[in-house]
Amino acid sequence: MSAHAETLHHGPAKGFSRWILTTNHKDIGTLYLVFSLIMLFIGGTMAFVIRAELFQPGLQLVMPEFFNQMTTMHGLIMIFGAVMPAFVGLANWQVPLMIGAPDMALPRLNNFSFWILPFAFTMLLSTLFMPGGAPNFGWTFYAPLSTTYAPPSVTFFVFAVHMMGISSILGAINVIVTIFNMRAPGMKMMDLPLFVWTWLITAFLLIAVMPVLAAVVTMVLMDVHFGTSFFSAAGGGDPVLFQHVFWFFAHPEVYIMVLPAFGVISEIIPTFARKPLFGYRAMVLATASIAFLSFIVWAHHMFTVGMPLAGELFFMYTTMLIAVPTGVKVFNWISTMFKGSMTFETPMLFAIAFIVLFTIGGLSGLMLAIAPADFQYHDTYFVVAHFHYVLVPGSVFGIIAGVYYWLPKWTGKMYDEKLGQWHFWLSFIGVNLTFFPMHFVGLAGMPRRIPDYALQFADFNMLTSLGAFLFGTTQLLFVYILVKTVRSGKPAEQLPWEGARGLEWSVPTPAPYHTFTTPPELDKE
Amino acid sequence: MCRRLHLYCLALVLLLPAPLWALEFNMPVGVTDTSQSIFNLHMTIFYICLAIAVVVFGVMLWSIYHHRKSRGHEAAQFHGNILVEVIWTTIPFLILVAIAIPSTITLGDLYDASESDIDIQVTGHQWKWHYKYIGEDVDFFSVLATPREEIENRKKKNPNYLLEVDNPVVVPVHKKIRFLFTSNDVIHAWWVPDLAIKKDAIPGFINESWTRINEPGLYRGQCAELCGKHHAFMPIEVKAVSESEYEAWLADQKAAQKAAMAAADKDWSMDELVKTGAGVYEKNCAACHQADGSGMPPTFPPLDGSSIVQGDKLEHMKVVVNGRVDKGMPAFGKQLTAVDIAAAITYERNSWSNKTGDMVTPAEVQDLMDKQ
Ligand code: HEM
Ligand SMILES: [Cu+2]
Repeated sequence: MSAHAETLHHGPAKGFSRWILTTNHKDIGTLYLVFSLIMLFIGGTMAFVIRAELFQPGLQLVMPEFFNQMTTMHGLIMIFGAVMPAFVGLANWQVPLMIGAPDMALPRLNNFSFWILPFAFTMLLSTLFMPGGAPNFGWTFYAPLSTTYAPPSVTFFVFAVHMMGISSILGAINVIVTIFNMRAPGMKMMDLPLFVWTWLITAFLLIAVMPVLAAVVTMVLMDVHFGTSFFSAAGGGDPVLFQHVFWFFAHPEVYIMVLPAFGVISEIIPTFARKPLFGYRAMVLATASIAFLSFIVWAHHMFTVGMPLAGELFFMYTTMLIAVPTGVKVFNWISTMFKGSMTFETPMLFAIAFIVLFTIGGLSGLMLAIAPADFQYHDTYFVVAHFHYVLVPGSVFGIIAGVYYWLPKWTGKMYDEKLGQWHFWLSFIGVNLTFFPMHFVGLAGMPRRIPDYALQFADFNMLTSLGAFLFGTTQLLFVYILVKTVRSGKPAEQLPWEGARGLEWSVPTPAPYHTFTTPPELDKE
Repeated sequence: MCRRLHLYCLALVLLLPAPLWALEFNMPVGVTDTSQSIFNLHMTIFYICLAIAVVVFGVMLWSIYHHRKSRGHEAAQFHGNILVEVIWTTIPFLILVAIAIPSTITLGDLYDASESDIDIQVTGHQWKWHYKYIGEDVDFFSVLATPREEIENRKKKNPNYLLEVDNPVVVPVHKKIRFLFTSNDVIHAWWVPDLAIKKDAIPGFINESWTRINEPGLYRGQCAELCGKHHAFMPIEVKAVSESEYEAWLADQKAAQKAAMAAADKDWSMDELVKTGAGVYEKNCAACHQADGSGMPPTFPPLDGSSIVQGDKLEHMKVVVNGRVDKGMPAFGKQLTAVDIAAAITYERNSWSNKTGDMVTPAEVQDLMDKQ
């Protein structure tokens, strides 16, 4: 398989300029992944502040205004800084390797898309030191809290979001062009690995909704600085309009944050079950239907704004419908495991935890879809529990699983399996200890985004905080494992996983700087 | 190892202020027919989810146990099966239809706010609620009653910590009450779990919701939509009483509001104003400017030693009446009576190191408010 040995025209440039000037998909993938890891820790530190304040009732550590800045920045950084760039990093490394392309289609654009991000986030983080403080209106920045009543830093927030949006759109264009034009000769669309399929669909979602986000932040900017009244009733506008535009972006956005993880899991499960994916076509179809449905469910975030009955019913029904293709995915993963020959290395453990815990999040999503019941759930910790279940053991575990899975190919070294298992179990316990009790306090009546709470919520909040500290510190172990692998890991084999299939495993280990400079021959099964 | 683990668990349990079994795990059933039917919907969908989870995770765990390589299981190589795929698409769909029907009925019921007996307008303010009994000439603000010492951990917290207000909204049982929600500034949301009402209060728009309470009692809730700094500190208390008690309360309120109008005209002494002012200050001003007048610079300036407080009376009155909306201080002219404002200003001008000896009368404040 490794017969087509790569002829290296030139290796990477030396020194720091390699990383600034690089147009190599592997370098850029690494940059994205490292960047997202840094953001994970910055956002995690903010979560730490939040959970420390909520450890006990009463105000202890921070003032309410700073608390609100922490919840806002935590959300923004985790979504736009940690999860999304991590997926782009995985796409950069894996899409060319999996379709047999030498690089991304638009390498310079690729470099540009990445290098926008450090500037965007430096600007966003700098608002913490501005007079009036950082944005404090929640990651959802509802008007008029984010317009008339916003701190001056809202202007920088708008600009930072614009930059992130440009980065995402350019990244998405690159993925689409690469997949459409650079597949190995003879590779048809229905031969694409699922990770590539899910990313292709995600890229279309990004192109469709990032401009909507740009529109809504621009309207906020206009209301703040240029005297318009998009969101102010006093000038003929409507605060609810903000929510419609925002959620038209933000609901597809939540799927942007999970579809690529579906792809990763769909690669890992067959490998460690040593059995082909149960329903490849069904998986592609389910992903596409989820993407389509995600455009017509947005107002399920707005059941309490006073929509007409017909509106409530429409969004309730469409939201419930999304559970069907989501179920199809879960059933397919489980049927793939069924009658397989399974082993449980770290990537598989994270993948199985993904299936279980993501499903729990999907089921609570189904409960939230029931509009009358949502009148009780909305804006409580029950919602916080729901979206953390789909995003942390969902998206984040998906990313971690992917990193462990492909790390041997990227670095040529094997991570320490024992430490990997520790990392998994501590994360698994931490994540459940943190987020499971949130269901209970939410149902019992605790609103979200509050720095202080009534006494009956005290015990569960303490448990949650302890869980969060455990989960947070465990991720330091992850960093240690990564560093240890790169510096002193045992050399990995060409095919580190017995059951792995796919073009990415056909290149030498570690993957050389340039791969597939001549297109691979596809061996027909 | 195992012993150690036990000890840790024990320590953890002892650390918790209340035993785990005494905790609230679930949504309250509530005290209205609608809260009851929402609770039933919630439990139905919960049990359905539980059943799905048991089946799905059951199959998964079973195969994790049996179909592992270490047990020597060989991988079968099947994939795809139209029949199975059709079944697992249709069954969930049918389950969804089954849940959608009762949900639709309940929702229709919740949306029918017609033919109400009593209408109450609820207005959100940063950070308190205002209630107005439509057609009754009764209206008042309802503010957090928890003392700051408890919030700042200087005093033991009482059982209703953060869920108590000075003036609860009083309603009769067994009557259809319609609430009309709006807001004076940002979006708030009025939520009382026992009534299963959560509705956004949106500036410039009016939302409605209704309830018919079956049992007398005190029902507590909170603002549910992030509305700024003190979002956590604007609770709700609904007091449901018998109809006769309600009538009596309403009459009292009307009398009290008349008396308040008269109070504006009476002659106030300096002592009376300072005494009333201390209470007004504690409730409305101390959250930002602090009880000792030290403020929270740079956002909220200190009043102790402030040049405005020690300077011209008229400037001081203007700031309080019109607020500093851009800086987060509300216009109290819209929220408080002339008596309260005069009292608070007099209190500020004669407290801490401010010893102006000035007195501001309700009539002076009323004058300013009338001019604007
Ligand atoms: C079966 C699938 C799902 C259903 C039916 C569903 C339903 C819902 C509903 C109805 C809400 C609004 C709750 C409220 O605010 O009252 C919600 C919130 C949310 N969901 Fe889901 N959801 C599903 C899957 C997901 C997935 C896959 C993600 C992301 C990976 C996700 C992320 C979120 C987030 C982030 C929020 C809260 C946003 C906020 O208010 O800050 N959900 N979901
Ligand atoms: Cu959504």
